[in-house]
Amino acid sequence: MNIDWNLFLESFWPIVRGGLLGTIPLALISFVLGLAIALLMALMRLSTNRVVSFIARAYISVIRGTPLLVQLFVIFYGLPSIGFTIDPWPSAIIAFSLNVGGYAAEVIRAAILSVPKGQWEAGYTIGMSRTTTLRRLILPQAARVAVPPLSNTFISLVKDTSLASVILVTELFRKAQEIAAFSQEFMLIYTEAALVYWVICLVLSTGQSRLEGRLDRYVAH
Amino acid sequence: MSHTRPSADTPELLRADGLQKSFGTHQVLKSIDLAVRKGEVLALIGPSGSGKTTVLRCLNGLEIPDAGSVSFESGPAVTFDSATTQKKAQVLRTRSAMVFQNYNLFPHKTVLENIIEGPVQVQKRKKSEAITEATELLDRVGLAEKRDAYPHQLSGGQQQRVGIVRALALKPSLLLFDEPTSALDPELVGDVLRVIKELADEGWTMVLVTHELAFAREVADEVVFMDQGVVVERGHPDIVLRAPQNIRTQQFVHRLLNPF
Repeated sequence: MNIDWNLFLESFWPIVRGGLLGTIPLALISFVLGLAIALLMALMRLSTNRVVSFIARAYISVIRGTPLLVQLFVIFYGLPSIGFTIDPWPSAIIAFSLNVGGYAAEVIRAAILSVPKGQWEAGYTIGMSRTTTLRRLILPQAARVAVPPLSNTFISLVKDTSLASVILVTELFRKAQEIAAFSQEFMLIYTEAALVYWVICLVLSTGQSRLEGRLDRYVAH
Repeated sequence: MSHTRPSADTPELLRADGLQKSFGTHQVLKSIDLAVRKGEVLALIGPSGSGKTTVLRCLNGLEIPDAGSVSFESGPAVTFDSATTQKKAQVLRTRSAMVFQNYNLFPHKTVLENIIEGPVQVQKRKKSEAITEATELLDRVGLAEKRDAYPHQLSGGQQQRVGIVRALALKPSLLLFDEPTSALDPELVGDVLRVIKELADEGWTMVLVTHELAFAREVADEVVFMDQGVVVERGHPDIVLRAPQNIRTQQFVHRLLNPF
């Protein structure tokens, strides 16, 4: 097999650019928004109010029980037919945020539950309210437990953003598709795209280990 | 300095009336009355499951009683029923501080951060002031050099002394101790008891749940013996611990003093 190195090098920057301007901001913004949704859903799920807890449960069930691609289609192609037209970028961000919100909610809920009850009580006995105890004492400890699984969620999200190519968002994979269609070098270009995804995820994994190390400083080894 | 016993006309700091509590169908407390005078040390003793820890937790609203009331000297009585919320109980916690059996230090905070968390975050005191006070208190319990350590780097006895300092830093009018030495290795118990004894000698008001009968006899002004959710006997430690009147108290004291 003949590898067209010239094409490889020529297409490298456009693909990486698609990553820097598309994939990475898309993943970052969606992840931050998704975490906010997830925290809200986790707290609602833990609520003693049955209605509130049910709403969160239903949300998580729907998000986890339907394919991300279908969610994306409902938002981008489905909503316009009932009068809501949303541009590709916001559509992608909405879909990915809602998706992360559903998955990360369970991670955060489990992490909160993993903090011993005595920590809540210690917070109460120094005069703290439930909210302050949660914010100052429980969430920082839950974060340590939640980082490894949330990192997995983030890495999955980075790869899942390639689905945004089907709703015309110019990100890494969309760029690769354009170049492949033009050059007809499918094997070379798609492999190159895969390599770039892999490198992004390698960098993220390194970041994850460092973050875990930082959060572990107060734990006995 | 030795502990001066408060006299009969010393005003009451805390009063609990008719505390009742059930967990499911099991009634843990069957109408408990308790009064603590200013400067008094009250020791709650009794077998496991007697309800003594539950009484202590009702005094600061960690446990919401099904019925009864708790009041501090000047404040209004907090009356409990099955609908009482945690928020209502929060009033009680501004007057007392608690030392737990398992310390419950905050593992993600240093010793110093553990101590100033309440004063700074809740009482809104100046951070520099809180740090100065915390450092002095740590020095008193012999842990000045541990102020930047994390809890996991300390022994159980050291952690419990930090737990005591964390409670003192709140400047409460009442200290609650929930079996403060039960989780400690035997050789570390003395360090913690010594600190508690000093606090008693200084005139702190405290309620102490303990299995250390010898210690209770030494520091307590009043001993309350509980069994199966009721107060069986109460009075001066020399009476309750040396010459108990009730047969259940006699059996309990005998068992603890002669384990074999």
